[in-house]
Amino acid sequence: MLQARARAVRARILRMAHDGKTPHVASALSCVDLLVALYFSVLRIDPAKPGDPDRDRLLLSKGHGCMAQYGALAERGFFPESTLAEYARDGGRLAEHPGPRCVPGIEAATGSLGHGLPIGAGMALAAKLRGASYRVFVVLSDGECYEGSVWEAALFTPAQHLDNLTAIVDYNGWSAMDRTSPAMDPFAEKWRAFGWCVREIDGHDIEAVVSVLAAVPFEPGRPSAVIARTVKGKGVSFMENDLEWHYRPPNDDDLRRALLEISG
Amino acid sequence: MRAAFVRGLTAAARQDPRVLLLTSDLGFKIFDEFAREFPGRFLNVGVAESNMIGVAAGLALDGMRPFAYSIAPFATLRCLEQVRNDVCYHQAAVTIVGVGGGYSYGPNGPTHHALEDIAVMRVLPNMTVLCPGDPVEAEAAVCAAAAQGSPVYLRIGRAGDPAMHRGPVRFEIGRALTLREGRDCALVSTGNILPLAVEVSDRLRERSVSCRVLSMHTVKPLDDAALRACAEETRALFTIEEHSRIGGLGSAIAEWSAMNRVPGPRCLFGAEDRFASTTGSQAYLRALNGLTVEKVVASIAAQLAGAASC
Repeated sequence: MLQARARAVRARILRMAHDGKTPHVASALSCVDLLVALYFSVLRIDPAKPGDPDRDRLLLSKGHGCMAQYGALAERGFFPESTLAEYARDGGRLAEHPGPRCVPGIEAATGSLGHGLPIGAGMALAAKLRGASYRVFVVLSDGECYEGSVWEAALFTPAQHLDNLTAIVDYNGWSAMDRTSPAMDPFAEKWRAFGWCVREIDGHDIEAVVSVLAAVPFEPGRPSAVIARTVKGKGVSFMENDLEWHYRPPNDDDLRRALLEISG
Repeated sequence: MRAAFVRGLTAAARQDPRVLLLTSDLGFKIFDEFAREFPGRFLNVGVAESNMIGVAAGLALDGMRPFAYSIAPFATLRCLEQVRNDVCYHQAAVTIVGVGGGYSYGPNGPTHHALEDIAVMRVLPNMTVLCPGDPVEAEAAVCAAAAQGSPVYLRIGRAGDPAMHRGPVRFEIGRALTLREGRDCALVSTGNILPLAVEVSDRLRERSVSCRVLSMHTVKPLDDAALRACAEETRALFTIEEHSRIGGLGSAIAEWSAMNRVPGPRCLFGAEDRFASTTGSQAYLRALNGLTVEKVVASIAAQLAGAASC
């Protein structure tokens, strides 16, 4: 059951942030349900064959949310649970922003915002040129959409008819210091104006996410954009919509209370 | 060198179906034949260098060998973070092609001059930096870059660069080519200023000074053996480049000499640390920076006669 998977991933995120004393816990919680839907239902992947040339690609362009990706990949069986102990540790493979193919399932290094969509467009173009059937999914944040390179790629992708690419925006309404509104408003219209087929969904309704992403491409010949309305810090009441949790690692008491809420 | 680049790219594309060309809206007409011969393997991505480099990285990560082409400062500086993160960090087999090294786009003004590109590209881990000295080297460098399988910055001139080699050269990345033998001193050149370096050597010979000229077409990695030979077999080493004296070939060799405890360059001939304040041709702007045959000859001769500074 996908909700149980999402709870397990949230618990991992909280433990990683606590043990590693790292920030961005709320950003990771925001995209958990999207990643669970992707890794457990949408993507054509086999954890036993992470280098399969025909696998679907998922890029987490909001690299600072990678605790969610690490947690979801472990949950999906790409690597053992014990690997998560390497997060933010000296000599470990799991940095606070993922390195290039640092562990199975990580397709590209991200961390500086605005890089994932162009790379994903290149991968989608490579599939078209080589006659490959894999699809590319890029998860961005709304704050990331301040970056000009996002819109360079947003222009490029429809022009190249890359209908094998889907951009999913984890739209939690926050950048690192502020609300993303009104700068991003109206958001879906921006993507439509650039030539994308757009759907807007509740990014925490896993079944809705699955059913929308199962329908890509929404139109042959055009890339798909999914605006997923989310809550920063989703699942832990005292972290939701509080920018403090973009920065502050959970202490022992925070962790205990948060885990209680997740399991409840 | 542009035409030589296209010839080299055509040869590389015939050999390797993974080779394709992206341009950020530069190279009007020069790629028409390439585009006809290789449908789907020429793509004008529009005036968007950051996206071009990210797309190139994605293509390379999924098995292609893209070349990404623009005027040198646009191909390197506008999208520097994409070059660093998307290409170099991933060890992606992307060749970034900067056309118009140095003052090649002279009258276009400092926005179009490429005087920092070598410095910025060579500091990036995993990056190979190629600055061919003439069209013969440029054509061969393209095939070498396509075969490299890791990030390459290829800096070429523009149009009208004369051929300095009589026939095809054996171009190997990291192996300098010798244009003139010499025992009194060595002038190590990189990029499109090579013809000037050769003429300097010929003029010095008239003064009975024998000046070796190397085309150090690979600034990273440097040709360690060729530099050691210069240090052992000649009395003084000089460097010349159409690039800032900060961070380019001269700096690279000075760093190399410090780390290897070998005597470093006596003079670094290159562009001064400033933007051109007046407009002018490539020749005019070179002259403003002391990059003329006469000035370099005089400076080398003075050094060999014991002058204290350049």
